[in-house]
Amino acid sequence: MIHSSFADRNLHRLFPLPAMIFVALLMVFPVLYTLFLSFTNWNLTSGQPPAFVGLRSYMRVLSEPRFLEALGRTFAFTFFAVAIEAVIGVATALILNRSFVGKSVAKTLLLLPLVATPVAVGIVFNLFYDPTIGLANFVLTSLGLPPALWVSHASTVIPALILVDVWQWTPMITLIVLAGLAGLSEEPVEAARIDGASEWQIIRFVTLPMVMPVILTAVILRLIDALKTFDIIFAMTGGGPGYASETLNIMGFKYSFEYFRMGQAAVILVALFVVVFCCSLLIMKLREKSEA
Amino acid sequence: MSATIGTKKTTTVLFYTIVIVIALIVLFPFLWMLSSSFKTQVDIIAWPPKLIFTPTLQNYERVFGEQDFLQYFINSTVVGVVAVGLSLVLGLPAAYSIARFKQQRLAVFILLARLMPGISFLMPWYIIFSRLGLMDSYTALILSHMLIALPIVVWIMSSYFATIPPDLEESAMVDGATRQYAFWKIILPLSAPGIITATTLSFIFSWNNFMFSQVLSMEKTKTLPIAVYNFLSYAEVDWGGVMAAAVAIMAPAIVLTMVFQKYVVKGLTMGAVKG
Repeated sequence: MIHSSFADRNLHRLFPLPAMIFVALLMVFPVLYTLFLSFTNWNLTSGQPPAFVGLRSYMRVLSEPRFLEALGRTFAFTFFAVAIEAVIGVATALILNRSFVGKSVAKTLLLLPLVATPVAVGIVFNLFYDPTIGLANFVLTSLGLPPALWVSHASTVIPALILVDVWQWTPMITLIVLAGLAGLSEEPVEAARIDGASEWQIIRFVTLPMVMPVILTAVILRLIDALKTFDIIFAMTGGGPGYASETLNIMGFKYSFEYFRMGQAAVILVALFVVVFCCSLLIMKLREKSEA
Repeated sequence: MSATIGTKKTTTVLFYTIVIVIALIVLFPFLWMLSSSFKTQVDIIAWPPKLIFTPTLQNYERVFGEQDFLQYFINSTVVGVVAVGLSLVLGLPAAYSIARFKQQRLAVFILLARLMPGISFLMPWYIIFSRLGLMDSYTALILSHMLIALPIVVWIMSSYFATIPPDLEESAMVDGATRQYAFWKIILPLSAPGIITATTLSFIFSWNNFMFSQVLSMEKTKTLPIAVYNFLSYAEVDWGGVMAAAVAIMAPAIVLTMVFQKYVVKGLTMGAVKG
């Protein structure tokens, strides 16, 4: 007997349907609504319904110095954070890529920052950075250097925040690259060794090119999240001092939930989405190239 | 000969030194948080910073006594458990369908939720949930956390189902079982490791989420990250209390990670490695 009930014949439609409806309602519809709001200058506190103003909110926001600075800051934060994480993360993976006593303990330790609540991490680093009681200044003064204001000064706040991001997320790159290295075949390395290549040459010309697609995937994952970094910045500085650590995500949050200027907030959110999308595409293109 | 043994020893010593330095860098913030949570305010603001002090439990007593911490703990747990549970209900069949019928576009559609900045849904949610009278409700919070959990479930489980040979359900179907029956009774029980990975990871991400709860929850449904953050808004920062709260919020996620270590590593590195 051939079983061919309605449910079975349409399983490929029925099984994904609930999830699709959910995503359509909770993601697609809200995003379209955001897009609609970006063509209005709606203020939630005004009591007026949204009025269509064409591209006026775009022109207003995109020409605002505060927006342009937030955009540049978002790029700078992401670029330096992810670059440092990639370099340290890959280096650490190459170092740990051998069997040694305590390897599984080391891997467990690497997991801890990844699962630590970012808000709480931010608060712990705030204690480090505290200008009067913090450990960071204790280290500086012990080394005979002048104390710094860390997250309390416009010139040091972004590097100080990058350091937190690097501490928390470098292990993710390390773990991904370690898993990638474990999957490589030994042969090319052995062949290079027989040909008399030095350890450094083997890493540079054999191992790294082979593991490059994995590295770039790890970088994409980090990049997407770094562009959207919110928790640590919001908890540690709230975007301050002044606007000195305000990224697009923080600025969008403030326009939405502090000023309630939904029209302009929507423009910022659209801009953030475009940035995340374009950066992801760019790295994916790079990744295709490295595989070719 | 002895020279090479000598260099080998040096490299081994150097190697372990590097490993220990890495371990210390990773662990230090946790250790400082833990030790500060047992310090009095006087010991915390002492200069130079104190390494040796008489430990006290007063910070924990204050956090669990004065604040409604137990309620926030329950809120975080309820939101996380229900959001992950519902995401499994929606996500497992979808992931199976993606894996078996090669529905790449569907996969991209659901994974977009992982790519999109959360705030681009949060702002409209705020407006919609206010209209519906759902602010500060478990419903709104759970729905929002499902959008965190569902892409993780689909991402992990569609790769997992793809590793199970289709012969398994096909032979069952030859014997007269429906594909549905085969999925629930044959494939799902075989997928326990994948489900553990997806459940652990999505629960941790829900547990740690700050932005959605900060906007959608108020007094009644406040979750732990918000409670910890609110500690900071007092006029003078109660560092001991904050650190005790930080320990309390991180402990469950860390314990889960330790217990399901193997699965967490797999989940975090999955996809990236598969290529």
